[in-house]
Amino acid sequence: MTAEPAATPEGELPAVELLAVAKTFHAGRGGQVDALRDINLVIERGEFVSLIGPSGCGKSTLLRLIANLTDPTAGHIAVNGKSARQARLDQDYGMAFQQAGLFEWRTVAKNIELPLELRGWDRARRQARAEEMLKLVKLGDFAGHHPWELSGGMQQRVAIARALAFDPPLLLMDEPFGALDEMTREHMQAELNRICEETGSTAVFVTHSIPEAVFLSDRVVVLSARPGRIVTVVEVGLGARNDDTRESPEFFKKITEVREALRGSA
Amino acid sequence: MSSLAPAGEAAVAAPAGPQAAPAGPQAGGPRRLRRVVMFLVALVLLAALWEGYKWFGQAVHGRVVGWSLPARTDNGSMPHVWDILRRFGQPERRGSSQRIWATVAAGAWFTLRMAMAGFAAGVTVGLALAVVMQRFRVAERGLLPYVVLSQTVPLVALAPLVVGWGGNLTVFGLHWRLWMSVAVIASYLAFFPVAVGGLRGLQAPAPEAVELMDSYAASWRQTLLKLRFPAAVPYLVPALKLAAASSVVGALVAEISTGTRGGIGRLIIEYSREATSDPAKVYTAMIGAAVLGLVVAGVVGVLDLVMMRQRPQVHA
Repeated sequence: MTAEPAATPEGELPAVELLAVAKTFHAGRGGQVDALRDINLVIERGEFVSLIGPSGCGKSTLLRLIANLTDPTAGHIAVNGKSARQARLDQDYGMAFQQAGLFEWRTVAKNIELPLELRGWDRARRQARAEEMLKLVKLGDFAGHHPWELSGGMQQRVAIARALAFDPPLLLMDEPFGALDEMTREHMQAELNRICEETGSTAVFVTHSIPEAVFLSDRVVVLSARPGRIVTVVEVGLGARNDDTRESPEFFKKITEVREALRGSA
Repeated sequence: MSSLAPAGEAAVAAPAGPQAAPAGPQAGGPRRLRRVVMFLVALVLLAALWEGYKWFGQAVHGRVVGWSLPARTDNGSMPHVWDILRRFGQPERRGSSQRIWATVAAGAWFTLRMAMAGFAAGVTVGLALAVVMQRFRVAERGLLPYVVLSQTVPLVALAPLVVGWGGNLTVFGLHWRLWMSVAVIASYLAFFPVAVGGLRGLQAPAPEAVELMDSYAASWRQTLLKLRFPAAVPYLVPALKLAAASSVVGALVAEISTGTRGGIGRLIIEYSREATSDPAKVYTAMIGAAVLGLVVAGVVGVLDLVMMRQRPQVHA
């Protein structure tokens, strides 16, 4: 992670690079809102990074900037060494939102096939991939079901399978487990952890839960209240996680560290 | 149109689902039978009401405590139900070999074809307007008021204009026919609900769903076909129902006001002129028009079932 940029082979370009990024809503008009200010962050390939901060601090905005769903007011954003816009057009990332956002008229399998259809995959290949992804999120028996027949947690797993379906090198998630109950949530975290290990994806994960951020991440980025700035970056480094991790002293130590950083930021 | 219904895991554990157990013919069978029976009962009740009123009116000589009844009940104004039914089997006019049911059926078929042409044209125009209004905010602001305003112009005033425009028109070597004017007038009523309902439907997807398509770098056309149109279906179904009914009304009115021959609307006018000598005759044409309406409602009902299958039943 400390390699010199010049010495890095092309494939080792950072997954995400944010340089002096700022976002202001309604710039130059009444009700101007400074959402983000002076954001500098480099996310390496294969890293799992969480963004955490008080509500309204712009963490979702930051994710949307990386996804090129909105443009920065200032600064530079690179995704896989390209402009954010080019990365979006090349479909370099998969995205999951707080609400599963499945299309109710499509079956579970067809929902996962949606991004593949848009990329022009043929039918056989799409179906094979959808089947594979459903096994990955442990919903193999639900391919023919419709979203409304699934629980919230299951819908969210489908949404993650959809985001992963075309093997994006980067996974962007905006509080995907926010609407789930605590038990389902912990289960989903373990699943996501397993999936990211298996696929080796880079992930940027927005959350407002400290234990969630610590459990999932290699690094936790703590943002201040509006205008959002990076207060500190907590290196987690818990190694392989399982349910026991949640009760380990290191886990609690990191939680305390993040909490104190958050408290200092408010 | 995201599905957020937090269905319990327990509900999922049951091997239910559209694939496993289609809630189709088996479940709908007895209910459908009951509907048919209710419909027949309603018909019998209507006939009984007709005859009852007629009997009552004649018993009191058309006057109740000094007030005259709203409709005259003599056989010339209100023929017996059985006389009307018998009239269907008799020749259209003296010496004619054509029985009246055949004339009425042919007229209904003629009107139905024009209504269908109007429906098709209206739905096409309505959908096109909805797509343009969804795509361009300016178009919505500019067009929508006129779409609404269009429906305040009475059809009867419009009919001669359309016939006049069409009179000397040749499109692609195809000479304009009178029935085309009728179809155009029918479409004038039909396009409205499709344009308004379609616009609402195309605008129905949640911002997250649109962003999801953006995140896939989906083109406007892909977003339209894979997201907006499917999301619009629950809004389009009632709009199509309205459009179908309006196109029949439009075709009937247009036939009469343009003087087109061969349709059921024309028959109603012709037969009503003979009401004094042959009172049952006009009712045969009116019943024909009613049956036509029922047929169209039935066809659209099937369309509803097909388009809304495998959807959650949440839309009223």
